[in-house]
Amino acid sequence: MSTAVTAGRYVGQAVKRFEDPRLLSGRGRYVDDVQIPGMLHAAFVRSSIARGNIISLDTTAARALPGVHAVYTGADLNPRVRQFWHTMLGPPVELGGQSVYPPMLPLADGDVRFVGDPIAIIIADSRYIAEDAADLVEVEIEQLVPIMDVEISARNEQLVHRERTTNDVGSMEQPVVPEIEAMFAAAPHVVTRKFRQCRATNVPMEPRGMIAKYDRYAGDLQIWAATQSVSEWKATAARLTGLDEHRVRVIAGDVGGGFGLKMMMTRDEAAIVMAAHLLCDAPIKWTEDRRENLISANQAREETVEISMAVTADGHIMGAKLYIWEDVGSYPAGSGATASMAMGIFPGPYKFPVVLPGNTAAFTNTVGKAAYRGPWMMETVAREQMMDHVAREIGMDPIEFRRVNILHSEDLPYTNCMTMIYDKVTPSETMEQALEMLDVDAFRAMQTSARAEGRLLGMGMSVYLEPSAIAFGILASDQAIMRMDASGKVSVAMSTGNHGHSLETTIPQIVAEHLGCDIADVVLIQGDTSSSPLGPGTGGSRSAVIAGGAAQTASLRLKDKILQIAAHMLEAAPEDLEVGGSIVSVRGTPAKALPFGQIAAVAYMMPDMLPADMELGLEVTARYRPPGQFTWSNAAHVCTVEVDSETGMVKILRYIVSEDCGRMINPMVVEGQIAGGVVQGIGGVLFEYMPYDAAGNPLATTFMDYLLPSAPEIPDIEVGHIETLSDSIGGYKGMGEGGAIGSPPALANAIHDALAHLGVHPTNFPLGPWQILDLINAATADKR
Amino acid sequence: MSDTVQINLRVNGGDHTVVVEPRMLLSDVLRENLHLTGTHVACEHGACGACTVLVDGAAMRSCLLFAVQMDGSEVTTIEGVTPNEGMLNAFQQAMQDQHGLQCGFCTPGIVVSMTAYLADHPNPTDDELKDALSGNLCRCTGYQGIINAARQAAGLPTSSERAH
Repeated sequence: MSTAVTAGRYVGQAVKRFEDPRLLSGRGRYVDDVQIPGMLHAAFVRSSIARGNIISLDTTAARALPGVHAVYTGADLNPRVRQFWHTMLGPPVELGGQSVYPPMLPLADGDVRFVGDPIAIIIADSRYIAEDAADLVEVEIEQLVPIMDVEISARNEQLVHRERTTNDVGSMEQPVVPEIEAMFAAAPHVVTRKFRQCRATNVPMEPRGMIAKYDRYAGDLQIWAATQSVSEWKATAARLTGLDEHRVRVIAGDVGGGFGLKMMMTRDEAAIVMAAHLLCDAPIKWTEDRRENLISANQAREETVEISMAVTADGHIMGAKLYIWEDVGSYPAGSGATASMAMGIFPGPYKFPVVLPGNTAAFTNTVGKAAYRGPWMMETVAREQMMDHVAREIGMDPIEFRRVNILHSEDLPYTNCMTMIYDKVTPSETMEQALEMLDVDAFRAMQTSARAEGRLLGMGMSVYLEPSAIAFGILASDQAIMRMDASGKVSVAMSTGNHGHSLETTIPQIVAEHLGCDIADVVLIQGDTSSSPLGPGTGGSRSAVIAGGAAQTASLRLKDKILQIAAHMLEAAPEDLEVGGSIVSVRGTPAKALPFGQIAAVAYMMPDMLPADMELGLEVTARYRPPGQFTWSNAAHVCTVEVDSETGMVKILRYIVSEDCGRMINPMVVEGQIAGGVVQGIGGVLFEYMPYDAAGNPLATTFMDYLLPSAPEIPDIEVGHIETLSDSIGGYKGMGEGGAIGSPPALANAIHDALAHLGVHPTNFPLGPWQILDLINAATADKR
Repeated sequence: MSDTVQINLRVNGGDHTVVVEPRMLLSDVLRENLHLTGTHVACEHGACGACTVLVDGAAMRSCLLFAVQMDGSEVTTIEGVTPNEGMLNAFQQAMQDQHGLQCGFCTPGIVVSMTAYLADHPNPTDDELKDALSGNLCRCTGYQGIINAARQAAGLPTSSERAH
């Protein structure tokens, strides 16, 4: 089902991916596949204590093991660090900036702050020997009571980072406004609920990994990395080592997923950089194993949201109070605390006259918070569950409650009560399309007859706006450097950091469409700072809009120059020329035609055939900044489930998404991104849970404990499209994170719908079998 | 751990004699000694299936096998499953047709597993295909394209062909 704009020759077509043959045949080149002569291997000694003082650290035996080249501790590496901060957040206060996060150091020194905190690094001939040596390092730690709860942390009785005076990272008091208090007091309905997500983690199938080599004679640091952003890594490595940026080169080949984890260089990775800088001349490889990844790579979703919503008698939202508790762990990376973003977006697709926000964000003795696909998505997870809870409490159908409050096209452009401006979005249209795809009446009839047989069926939905292509600070732009070589073939070097996004196909689609060449004549170059321009990499659902915009702008500039040369050669006016299939011809006179290759040869090698004063060559650049700080896309999800009352198992019966990402560059890729996001969100509700015990020990350290969704649990995901062009060039919108934002509440609401008549009203994730059985048993006990 | 063992492996039709420590995993020997880096290691505890290879024709997880156990065995990796001359086999082609991969890291294990499964089970049901895939984890695709690729290769209707 779709409401489509006209597809082009390439844009809008389900072009099969150019990257696939090499990846399908085992010929991809991920960082762990890179082998360099003389390469050494690293392993970390990590803390098994969540909070404590390092009493002694003895590396003698490890250093003595044959095959060990070096053992470095915090005392060796930390003093050599010039500065360590991420571009997006800026320098910390201690270094003259405004970031609320403390200055980081690669290794623990003096004290440990979470289980997994790196204490020492071993450099050896092989990973096997490095791990042997790690076992020989003797660490004695005086254990202290860890801070495991964000509310306890916020009291500042004990500090996670002792060099700071507070555990707070940007908390904001909820204002008390007498008029709003009066409005709540007089409201026909006030409903209050507290929703909790559970800690989950990105877990890209390729763990983190890198190779670093510092050549002291050349003065160059070269890094091969599994990263979403070579530019960010280059800047961070230069700050760490004090090398000038142009002396640092970062290369990413194929990257096996990231979902936000691989955007910023974290402490483990910084330790490898510093070790390579200190050791000199030897390449050092570190590839984390899955246990390390589950313990020491950053995590997300440890958030609680309380909402009080005031509603009129006929179901119009009057306003809401919103409070977000956010655990940012010990060393957050990427976006850090996301509550301020979540507050701004909280009204989502509905007309909220007022929202009063407040939040607590604080450090704990857990691994740091990652930017995980939709880092602020708690706003949708909480709001969309709240819509169902409120509707049930005031006796409305959740669908009708949404219909009463949702934005329609005639409301646009619309400035929400948090000053976010929405336009070119279709929340109502996507909601209705998704409901039509389900056939609500037919489902309700099936639900009723199933219930008569004692079976528990339910349907749930969610509607949201996705702030794609976030464009401020370092995120404001991307660049394309486009060259047509003398044979007429095109290479475009971009600041993207493809890690599964199909950009090797979709960027050539845009270029071929707008340049007028065959798509096989275009190749994307990315992931090497020696050839790719400065940019923030791929993340934040930005590449279609911002990188695509740069590619499209560059294509049009290059085409313009090609036409000027062709017009001169053909003795025709540029406006009388047409382009297609890499050939320029005079409109109506197809015999008067020039292939791109011939024009390109002239452009580089026959200066006398060019128009007077024209610069030789066919090279252009374009740096694109979208018109808004956000390019809003939107979607509605509808899900039906059956809950087994004996086992607590949830079976997803149907999963439907209606989405509007503007002009689709490649519908196949759009649907692939939706499906991947939806299933990550499903995982976060039903399967994925990273608990810590009271002593600060992570309890899910293998894939036998941290459960990812697998094929049998997932139904066919049905997708409908509505294409409303954005104001960005091309009309594109980002949509990479949306699937993961919309699916948790849609699924939770379906489970709620299946169980509500039993008195079960879930608010917390995970909703695994035993949690559901506990809820059913508690509700049944209440009734007795 | 300086004791080493000499073993003979037949890998993708070629004979190799390698000297390894007894503790070396098959996955590491394939990747580091034989430079067959298409076999990916994503969990090292037998849960994700990315490192799947064929040992004497049976799909096995190379991260759970010591190379010394394989002395005299015939091992087929993703490189060997792939036809020569830039061609793809039927399941690989279906994976491209159905967008069964995004980042591609889990892909070799899935191709090896499903190529072997479909060779042994030419007429599977839809549920059997999903069960066959249950030993391979993918974080990008939500399994949609992979299941459809398996359906295409098995001659079953894909989700778009059976749409409501």
